[in-house]
Amino acid sequence: MTLPMDTDVPSSPTDRGAVAVAMRDITVRFPGVLALDGVDLTLHAGEVHALMGENGAGKSTLIKALTGEQRIDAGTITVDGRVRELRGTSDAQEAGIATVYQEVNLCANLSVGENLMLGGEPRRRGAIDWRELHRRAGEHLRGLGVEIDTRSRLSGHSIAVQQLVAISRAIMQEASVLVLDEPTSSLDRSEVERLFAVVRELRDRGVAVLFVTHFLDQVYEISDRITVLRNGALVGDYPVDELPRPELVARMIGRDLDELEALSDSSARVIDRSGAPVIRARGLARRGALEAVDVDVFDGEIVGLAGLLGSGRTELARLLAGADHPDRGHLEKRGTPVRLGTPRHAIAQRIVFSSEDRRAEGVVPDLSVAENIVLGVQARRGWMRPIAAAERDELVARSIAELGIRPADPNALVRNLSGGNQQKVLLARWLATAPELLILDEPTRGIDVGAKADIQRKVAELARAGLAVVFISSELDEVLRLAQRIAVMRDHRKIGELDAREVGLDAVVEMIAQEDPAPSPEPATSAPRSRT
Amino acid sequence: MKLLRHRLVWAVAALVTLIVVNTISRPTFLSITLQDGELYGSLIDILRNSAPLMLVALGMTVVIATRGIDLSVGAIMAVSGAVALTVIEASPTPDNLGVVLVAIAVAALVSLVLGAWNGLLVAVLGIQPIIATLVLMLAGRGIALLITGGFITTINSEPYQFISQGYVLGLPFAFLVSIAAIVVVALIERRTALGMLTEAVGINPEASRLAGVRSRGIVWGAYIASGLLAGIAGILYSSNIMAADANAAGLYIELDAILAVVLGGTSLAGGKFSLAGTVVGVFTIQTLKSTITFLGVPPAVSPVFLAAVVVIVVLVQSPRTRSALARLTRRRTPAGGARIDPEAAS
Repeated sequence: MTLPMDTDVPSSPTDRGAVAVAMRDITVRFPGVLALDGVDLTLHAGEVHALMGENGAGKSTLIKALTGEQRIDAGTITVDGRVRELRGTSDAQEAGIATVYQEVNLCANLSVGENLMLGGEPRRRGAIDWRELHRRAGEHLRGLGVEIDTRSRLSGHSIAVQQLVAISRAIMQEASVLVLDEPTSSLDRSEVERLFAVVRELRDRGVAVLFVTHFLDQVYEISDRITVLRNGALVGDYPVDELPRPELVARMIGRDLDELEALSDSSARVIDRSGAPVIRARGLARRGALEAVDVDVFDGEIVGLAGLLGSGRTELARLLAGADHPDRGHLEKRGTPVRLGTPRHAIAQRIVFSSEDRRAEGVVPDLSVAENIVLGVQARRGWMRPIAAAERDELVARSIAELGIRPADPNALVRNLSGGNQQKVLLARWLATAPELLILDEPTRGIDVGAKADIQRKVAELARAGLAVVFISSELDEVLRLAQRIAVMRDHRKIGELDAREVGLDAVVEMIAQEDPAPSPEPATSAPRSRT
Repeated sequence: MKLLRHRLVWAVAALVTLIVVNTISRPTFLSITLQDGELYGSLIDILRNSAPLMLVALGMTVVIATRGIDLSVGAIMAVSGAVALTVIEASPTPDNLGVVLVAIAVAALVSLVLGAWNGLLVAVLGIQPIIATLVLMLAGRGIALLITGGFITTINSEPYQFISQGYVLGLPFAFLVSIAAIVVVALIERRTALGMLTEAVGINPEASRLAGVRSRGIVWGAYIASGLLAGIAGILYSSNIMAADANAAGLYIELDAILAVVLGGTSLAGGKFSLAGTVVGVFTIQTLKSTITFLGVPPAVSPVFLAAVVVIVVLVQSPRTRSALARLTRRRTPAGGARIDPEAAS
């Protein structure tokens, strides 16, 4: 399979409606990161347009630029032929852009009708005309094929219905563009159907719909076109029937070979799997998060977990690290059964876990680099046995030098470091605890190329020295280059294991993109922790 | 210039201003006299009278550092005083040092248990700190009344009176108790790793859990410390009036304590805390109260006066006001003067 990397030009819009939104050369800079780099997005009236990309690709930044929540550093946004400067959500609303988020942003304690008409209540002699309000609200909902009592409380309805109400409200404001940001992630199959019926109705009325989701099936079910982003850059804009699933996945995860050729021998390394594995999981499962998974990791081995977001890769990592409790299954550490009730137990077993959410679950922003590095060791020792100042200074200085942490100031607050350096601080924290199994969930996400290369090199080096590693990344290339074995995850299951020496990217992509023979009603209502 | 950026500078400035105002309006304010080997004077009174608030505020600092708050400290003071005095009253020999020591030990133990109860609600059961400690804030005074049988227990016990009135090495014993508490808390927090782990839990609980920190134990311990310190404060208070007044003991002291912590530069959002700041904050509040009394502000309006001063101090400390002030002063000194980048100046 060949994957051309050039940016595809949109095919000429012959049978398409008028251009509703044209975003050109949108650039957004965050401190240390180029979140969007000259991205184009074109929405036509009467089409459903899917915006695809892995985490950190820039989807949410692009949507925020369109809804006025994020100021752009360069580029233009044209809505219905007029160049707009969107300084806030009210500007976007005025321009006819309505947004419905994953979490419903309505007043749950008010009635459906009140929510629909909020801010535009019909009045008679100064007082709200309730009868008229509910009549109009009901009429409006029926127009979209939704039959519910407008006097009922919104919180009494399912998330799906609440979302339909949110969409109705958005449409009532005469929106010509509707942005749906992961609206289906907490809906079951029939609810998704209901939502899609409304979306199709709107499309036929000439509304341009921008649809963001992680579910490939839904993209192919409802979209007319697909725009793919990766690492803040546009990959391309394609008609849906010209972009088969494997190609879409390949474009989302990318395969740009950077300066890391030197690492290619990492995956070729032969691993001695004769002894007891460092960790052996059998039937490890947690309801709503992961179906029974078996996995082994041996000394010096890097096991990559491949799969899209929500495939269960993070959930598996968390169960291996004691961050969540498994419902079933058991773990063996070097042949001895272990129970990991808390991360503390796992660390005592020399199993450490670096979360994908660096800010919320990794760094302690208001503490210094030194304090962040010693936190893990200190927690292990307990509060009564502080690390001696000399020992601590030595450890911190060594970590800063080895990992190239910048600024090389032990007293700098971690909040002021770039993402890449924060990630290095975390790596230093875990390495200081002398781990035997290192679990890294997206250690290179959203960080600059230099830091990324540093971290990959360090991981390869540690594994060569005998450390067992579980490595998760949305960038399959990275996984393929580092890991000797790849466990492929989909729909909260492990669907297979591949030898990285024998297969290429294509095989992994194909496995991930495989259509289910019998599509299960996904996503289950007991959805896993949503991670966006 | 660097000194001006120090966290504590404004809190100390407020305290110094208060002392200057007092000295101008009554020149004897700073004078300290030695009488029978004991020091007397307005400053000494402030040091002695600040002891209960000091103990409570130290505990509050640690609790606030964990992202919590302890509203029950005043009620725990009432319970502690009631327990101590009931033990002494029940004894046939209230002047016996042993009896007083037992009374103190029992009161301290009861306070510790009450602190542990707060900690249980917050750290183990996950109840919001403000609600969890509100329970005891409301119930505590009732418990104190139950212990004293609904009366204000009064006693005559010289050793017990010594706690608030006595002198050791020329200094009030109560002041020495608060100094001891400052030293012990500071040593435990800053000489061990407890301070750092507490800050880590306060700043990012989930990251701390994943790093293997026993956050539950740390949070629980903070409430136990707060309870115990409040209990000792209650002993000081009841020793001062030689009575267990369940309704008046430690009334509103939780608010003064929170104020002292905030004046000292510790954020109510948790995380980084400053024990030195709290100490300065306590002295500021106590000096302010003494100033109000001395200036003859009518008792009815004294809360307004107190509030006004607090608002000024808090405003002066806020980064936003400071950067606004910086901009204002820069405008007054046109060209020639050092130009400061507005961003850097804030």
